[in-house]
Amino acid sequence: MDIQEHSIDGVMEVCLLAGKIMLQSGAETYRVEDTMMRIASFFGIRQSHSYVTPTGIIFSAEGNEPTKTKLIRISERSTDLKKVTMVNSISRKISNGELGLEDALLQLKEIDLLNVTFPFSVQVAAAALSSGCFLIMFNGTWHDFFPSIVSGGIGFLGFVYFHRLVPIKFFSEFLASFIIGILTLLFVKTGWGHELDKIIIGSVMPLVPGLLITNAVRDLMAGHLVSGLSKGAEAFLTAFAIGSGIAVVLSFL
Amino acid sequence: MEMAIMAQLLTSFFATGAFGIIFNAPKQSLIKCGLVGMVGWLIYVLMVDNGIDAVPATLTAAFIIAVISHILAKVYKTPVIIFSVAGIIPLVPGGLAYDAMRNFVQNDYYSALALAAKAFMLSGSIAFGLVFSEVINQVWRKVMLQSKNKKMLN
Repeated sequence: MDIQEHSIDGVMEVCLLAGKIMLQSGAETYRVEDTMMRIASFFGIRQSHSYVTPTGIIFSAEGNEPTKTKLIRISERSTDLKKVTMVNSISRKISNGELGLEDALLQLKEIDLLNVTFPFSVQVAAAALSSGCFLIMFNGTWHDFFPSIVSGGIGFLGFVYFHRLVPIKFFSEFLASFIIGILTLLFVKTGWGHELDKIIIGSVMPLVPGLLITNAVRDLMAGHLVSGLSKGAEAFLTAFAIGSGIAVVLSFL
Repeated sequence: MEMAIMAQLLTSFFATGAFGIIFNAPKQSLIKCGLVGMVGWLIYVLMVDNGIDAVPATLTAAFIIAVISHILAKVYKTPVIIFSVAGIIPLVPGGLAYDAMRNFVQNDYYSALALAAKAFMLSGSIAFGLVFSEVINQVWRKVMLQSKNKKMLN
């Protein structure tokens, strides 16, 4: 392949778009940096530097022309492992030489606009099911299985709905865990549920920032200090929101 | 006892698979996610039932989950994160964090801090297990590469 035919701008566009999709879908920091630099080096950019934080990507490429640097801002983050897989397979195809620059850009743009998530009802059902299962895993009794499924499902539903209404994550997490707490209290008071603590723990599990906490510590250990600290802050905020939502309910006891 | 273990296996499989759906993992990997989570949780439960502390149990389970995820990722040519993320969710100390919060609310700061420290230790050991398996993976890759180069030279 002729290396000189690609302009630095075009290569940077592909790199940044790939990085942006991956970061928005919850890929690890090192994977985002690695993918971007790998694509750049395949398209003939000798030196490239990428600096990835959860809220933005800075990418600079050195070629025969003066060094170019671009910045991309990331404001919305979620977990979408399907998109991470799709971008990963595109980057794999690029480094195998099966995909040209223009085709890669087209396919990435397609992925960016694509909505590949499971139907909303399936997600709520999954959250409800996992709440019930977590109750059993934390040594709850089968009596509390259905109360936990109901409160976990409604809590998750509330979380997504409030998040659409007011795009402040802290607020929607707080409200969701507050609903879970109220519902559980209601179940226990009416005699349908038995162990308040266990039902609440099972029901809030779909909201718990487990992925964020472990990714934060992992980033810190790998030397990505800025993204590790900011992911840790995000995890702490989420945990705090869930905790205070429950705490408000517990203060009624 | 056997019934209890069976229930744990079944619930951990479904809980992890359901988390795969929430994280939008590809459809064909959902069952593998569930199996990874089930194996990790089984190791954790067996170790804790035999009187081993939760920290080494979590560390071991997280390590094994990460190793299986690395193998699956290599076989199916997908990112590791797909299998490991859902698998470690059962190990996350959500219950401890909740207990800590509850004690904070009830002004029992002494036990709250102890519980929070324990939750921090557990999430640290999950991360340590993941990093540990990554290090082994990289060392393994380097050793393989060197032996390949040697063969080519000979």
